[in-house]
This record gives sequence, structure tokens and C-alpha cells, in this order.
Amino acid sequence: MDLLMTVINVAYFVAAILFIVGLKQMSSPTTARRGIIWAGIGMVLATVVTFAHPELKGTVNYLLIVLGIAIGGGVAWWSGRRVAMTDMPQMIALYNGMGGGAAAGIGAIYLLQADPETSSDVILAIAVLGSLIGSVAFSGSMVAFAKLQGLMNTTVHFPGQQWLNLVLFAVTVLLGASLALSGGDVNGGVLLVFFVLALAFGVLMTLPIGGADMPVVISLYNALTGLAVGFKGLVLDNPALMIAGIVVGAAGTLLTQLMAKAMNRKISNVLFKQFGGSSGGDAESVTGSLKPIEASDAGIMMAFANKVIIVPGYGMAVAQAQHKIWELTQLLIQRDVAVKFAIHPVAGRMPGHMNVLLAEAGVPYDIIYDLDEINNEFKTADVAIVIGANDVVNPVARTDPDSPIYGMPILNADQAKNVIVIKRGQGAGFSGIENHLFYADNTRMLYGDGQKAASGLIAAIKEIG
Amino acid sequence: MIEGFVALYIFMLAAFTGYEVISKVPVILHTPLMSGSNFVHGIVLVGTMVALGHAATPLEQAVGFIAVILAAGNAVGGYVVTERMLEMFKTSNKGGQ
Repeated sequence: MDLLMTVINVAYFVAAILFIVGLKQMSSPTTARRGIIWAGIGMVLATVVTFAHPELKGTVNYLLIVLGIAIGGGVAWWSGRRVAMTDMPQMIALYNGMGGGAAAGIGAIYLLQADPETSSDVILAIAVLGSLIGSVAFSGSMVAFAKLQGLMNTTVHFPGQQWLNLVLFAVTVLLGASLALSGGDVNGGVLLVFFVLALAFGVLMTLPIGGADMPVVISLYNALTGLAVGFKGLVLDNPALMIAGIVVGAAGTLLTQLMAKAMNRKISNVLFKQFGGSSGGDAESVTGSLKPIEASDAGIMMAFANKVIIVPGYGMAVAQAQHKIWELTQLLIQRDVAVKFAIHPVAGRMPGHMNVLLAEAGVPYDIIYDLDEINNEFKTADVAIVIGANDVVNPVARTDPDSPIYGMPILNADQAKNVIVIKRGQGAGFSGIENHLFYADNTRMLYGDGQKAASGLIAAIKEIG
Repeated sequence: MIEGFVALYIFMLAAFTGYEVISKVPVILHTPLMSGSNFVHGIVLVGTMVALGHAATPLEQAVGFIAVILAAGNAVGGYVVTERMLEMFKTSNKGGQ
């Protein structure tokens, strides 16, 4: 090995270490920021030394590489700086899909250049496999992006859909096998059809999946892209790609499982079964009535409480009320009220998303608690404020086996001494199920837009002085 | 350079590493961590550079060029959004990291 290759390989080695250490640091809130920076340094290092790689030939190719990085990087930088925190899930899907597409592109070039003299069957098979996975991750992520961005609102179902997908997948795999067994004599037409079918499979597989399940799917495609990148590392004889890709493949698989668990969904159900549509109109009738409260009274109730737990839902983020809620929290803390935030795993649009939205408003993460950590504390809370959340605090999930949300873990807001629900109107939740919490004896409804209601509470507390 | 079983060992050890490294992640970090791991597979950029670097025909160059654009988008976009999210995580004690 000559000196140049040694230097390049040392740089790749260091980059791989930085990625692993960076990921490790990203799994704790105190070190997470440092983690992404370390991983970023690794990426820059690996990219820079690759310009000196002996396999890079020809001025045109060099120019294309620089131009491609400038275009792709520039657009991504611009879009990444602008995107609102609420739109984060679909941006992750988009960038992930791009990675999958890039892996598929590497595979396409390798297969185009395959030569019967030098190609090994194993490497050909791995190139085909990586291309298949990369293509599915690419087109699937693009559909996920389109759905979450609201570009595609329909969830497509038709009879025999699973069978069509299965047949399509089988044909794609057969074509892939013929490419892998071609001994390097690759037929251009077969290669083209293979890629078209792989992309079509990614689209068809993602179409029937509903928006609520999308986070799990995005996470799965993230893991698949990692796997595809790892395979391409083997094809290109590049250890940095192999290690980083497989580490992400494994971490992404675990993360997908954790997310599905946090959302109380099975991965197989997300992919192959259709959710919803089962809830008939036979919901258990609700007893009691909705009891409204004015912001001034609710404010006083909170100001003189010992302990307040805030339960935010995505509705709060839609109303852009998180800044007002933080202002309210600070006022309460000044009055020596203990304030905690209780986050349900599906409070945002993916697990952990609500934490990002609260962090954006300035809420420190050490007063934010997960469901498991805080559920026993509602009993000792004087006031629980529910803002923009509905199904995640609905006690029928514990009590009514006929309810479609039965068995879902919920936040026990109903156990607080007083519950204040901030809500726009009297409609039912996302799943269309009546919320028994709203009718409970200890619940008061504060009607209005989240931001206005929070402002009202702030004014009421300031008035007390 | 990397032969059969050596590759298999690398794959196995990398898979265990990935699994182990994030096994204790709290739910509050799921979204940033997914974004962060999404950034890490942006290393595919290095692969696309090599692939385009030895492209010989206009077709290969076109495919390689698109692949480099996509990969750069993955790496840069993944970094920017992850960094933006993690930058906001703070504790109550002011100034403390």
C-alpha cells in the first residue's frame, strides 16, 4: 500500500471512530450537541481526503464532483436552515431518501461497469442487493415526504394490494438474481427494468400507510439506507462506508423498534395491516357535561397550586402556543409552583418531536418527563393542563375494551385534583373518539385558540401580582 | 483489500456497535437521533465521489453526478437539521452545557 492510500485509510478510520463516538454522545441530552459536531468533523475529513483518492480520474469527473456537492449541499443547506421545527419529520425523510438514491446510483454505475473478466459473483450480488434496498428507501421516503408535507393526502387502498406488492417484489428479486448471476455480463435493458420495478415497489409499499404511522416507516427506511450504504462500502472496497452504513443500519433498526414500542404499534402491523376504519358508531355513551371555565379563574387556580403538570399535544404546536406556555411556566416557577411537562410518545408527529418543539420555545429538558417517569405523579398534582392533546389523555384507553384506542398507554391526567383542558371547540379527537376526561367532575374546559388561552392565563396570573 | 470473512467480521462488529451505542437512548432524543444517524449514512457521499471519479461513459457520468447531488444533500441536510435541533436542548441552570 502506498503512502497516499495509507493516509486516506487512516482518515477513514478516524472518521469511523468519530461517527461512532458522535452517535454515542447523541444518545444523551447533555452531550448530544457535541456528538453531531464530532460526526460532522468526521464527515468533512472523509470527504476532503477522498479528493486525493487514486481512483478519481479525469478533469471532467472532478468538475462534476465539485459541482454536484455544491448543488446538492447548497440546496440542502438552504432548505435545512429554513424548515420549521414542526416540519422536521418530512425533512428527515427527504434527506434520508436522497442517501438511499445515492447508494442505488453507486450500484447502477458498478453494474454498468461490470466486466466478465474481473467481477466476482458475490460482489455482484451485494451490489444488486444494495441497489434494491437503496431504491426502495429512496422512492418510499419520497412518498413519506409527500404525505407528511401534505402534497399527497390520500391513503391508497385497493383490493389485492398486498398480492400486487408481493408479485412486484418477487419479479424485482428475480431480475436482481439474474443480474447477480450474469457473471458480469450485465444486460442494460434488464438493469433498467430492475431499477424501475425496485422504485415502483418502494412507492406501492408506502402508499397504504397512514400519516400517524409514518415516523416508524421513515425510521425503517433510515435503517435500510444505512444497510444499502454498508453494502456499497463492500462493493467499493471502502471501510468507512461499510462501518458507518452498518452502524446506522443496526442503530436505525433498534430505533425503529423503540419508536414502534413508544407508539404502541407493531412494525409488521404498520407495514402490512391497515389501521383505523374499524371504529363503529357504538361508542360508550358519555355521562356528565362539559363545564367551561374562564381564563381568569383558571389562572388563579394555577397560581395558588403547589404542583402543575402541563400535557402538550400537537395541537399546541399547530396554534404556535409553545412560547406562551413557556412564559406561563416561568411565571408559575417564580411563584414557587412546581411545574412539569408530561410528554406522551405520540404527542408530536414522531417520538421525541414534541421535545424538539418545546426546546425551540426555550423549555429546559430537565422539567420535561416521559410517560413512564411522570404517570404516578398526576395523583399529587393540583392542576393538570391539557393543551392541544386529546386521545393521549382519554381514560377509555384504560377502561373500555371496545374502544379502538383500548390498551394504548395514556397519561393519567384524570387523576390530578383539577384538570383544565384548553381546546378550540367541542369536537372529538384525531381518532374521532369522545374523550371521557372532558366530562369528568374535576375537569374544566377553557375554550379558545391555544395562544389566546395561554395569554389569558398569563394575564390572570400577572394581575394577582 | 477487504476479503470475504474479514468483511463479515466488520459487518458483525459494526452491527453490534450500532445496536449497543444507542440502546439506552431516552424518548426525548428519538427525533434528533434519527436525524443524526441519517446524517451519518451521508458518508455515501464518499462512495459516490469514487463512483463518479472512475465513470467512463456519459451515462455513468450522468448517474454518478445525480448520485453525488443526492449524497451531498443527505450529508449537508442531515447535519444542518440535526444541529439545529440539538442546539436548542438546554438545562434549567443557565449557561450550563
